[in-house]
Amino acid sequence: MRSFDYQRPATLTDAVALLERHGPEAQILAGGTDLIIGLRDRTIQPSVVADLKQVPELRPAIDEQDGWLSISAGTTMTQISAHPAIRRHFMALVEGADVVGSVQIRNRATLAGNICNASPAADTAPPLLVFGARVLVEGPAGERRIPIDEFFVRSRETTLLRGELVKSIELPVPREPVGAAYLRLTRRRGTDLASITLCCGVEPSGSTRLAYGSVGPKPVLFTDKSGVLADPATAEDAKLAILEEMLSAASPSPRSVRASPQYRRAMLRVLARRGLRAAVERLRGAA
Amino acid sequence: MPRTLDVELTVNGAPRRLEVHVHHTLLDVLRDQLGLTGTKECCVVGECGACTVIVDDLPVNSCLMLAVEADGHEVRSVEGLARAGELTPLQQAFLDKGAAQCGFCIPGQLMAAQALLEQSPDPTVADVHEALAGNLCRCSGYEQITEAVLAAAEEMRR
Ligand code: FES
Ligand code: FES
Repeated sequence: MRSFDYQRPATLTDAVALLERHGPEAQILAGGTDLIIGLRDRTIQPSVVADLKQVPELRPAIDEQDGWLSISAGTTMTQISAHPAIRRHFMALVEGADVVGSVQIRNRATLAGNICNASPAADTAPPLLVFGARVLVEGPAGERRIPIDEFFVRSRETTLLRGELVKSIELPVPREPVGAAYLRLTRRRGTDLASITLCCGVEPSGSTRLAYGSVGPKPVLFTDKSGVLADPATAEDAKLAILEEMLSAASPSPRSVRASPQYRRAMLRVLARRGLRAAVERLRGAA
Repeated sequence: MPRTLDVELTVNGAPRRLEVHVHHTLLDVLRDQLGLTGTKECCVVGECGACTVIVDDLPVNSCLMLAVEADGHEVRSVEGLARAGELTPLQQAFLDKGAAQCGFCIPGQLMAAQALLEQSPDPTVADVHEALAGNLCRCSGYEQITEAVLAAAEEMRR
């Protein structure tokens, strides 16, 4: 590993100033489970590593306020998975957080790190898209909020501007229970990167949200408000036509070592049908 | 541009003051600076668990943590298990069940299992599998390792 200037800002203002000063030359260190791999294999060679774990506002915290559940940037996957309010309202996010790496990884890896790394295969992205999360950002111009479906660009690239950092991720607490499920396809059981990630959420109105990743440059979200997908009386063919439309954004890379494009497209359909079925069942179970 | 930093941490119960390189991992420092070579280096990408140590009661991969991040924290490695030459029930169970073959993965397995047993003294088989999913054993002694953890849990509950 090449050496770097290690900085540990004590305040949010210092952190933003540091990131603004160094721009792309600086890398944020939160959980480190992606960054340190990149530092070691030299795919990332920052001159400054900014460890943000001392910034009070970024310390692990999960709070509910004004109908929003806020997860601070330092919160780990383990902490998310253990939190009663997240388990009650956003179980599909817990399902995503629970399959990130191993216990050892989840004890360090943060939700903010997972989205900032912007891997198309990020397990937490589809649930965040389905639940309509927004990202609270602090930067040189102050605070702003980015809807999660405008956050991802491609692997390692987000719509964060120079000097900006993620303060927290906010989730709207649903007034009525939403049925949602997270599914993924891996090459083997156990710890593995996903070849497909998918989350489906169904509201009591029948409105259905489908988010998927690992089949294109970024995870994507589609909504069907017709209620057809969630309606048990609708013929299977009618549902498949809508699903097919929602899945048409998939453009799996032919260069992937994990699965061929044909296989991914075929399995994406299977996962979408399973996800829809599971979400509808959960909605009924909650009602 | 500080390229080294003074850190204070607790290692296996003893407070330590060290000057570490900022780009060295906790694994590097444990092995090369403190001579604690029980913790193994293997994949260095967080996949095998051979480098597992316990930081503030949670198992982590020491290959994915900079030593400077351990500043102010409490680190436990396999060397901290046995006291005065006396094996812990967990270590003894690994021996009794024949869980250690070549032994390379065992320090990591022990630390992951130790953290599990501290959190849930009465784990199910599924709990053990999940807790040790990040610890690979190329000798493939998974059955024996699981048996050992369950046996140790039982022994420790007595
Ligand atoms: S050496 Fe750290 S996980 Fe393999
Ligand atoms: S005992 Fe040989 S690798 Fe596990």
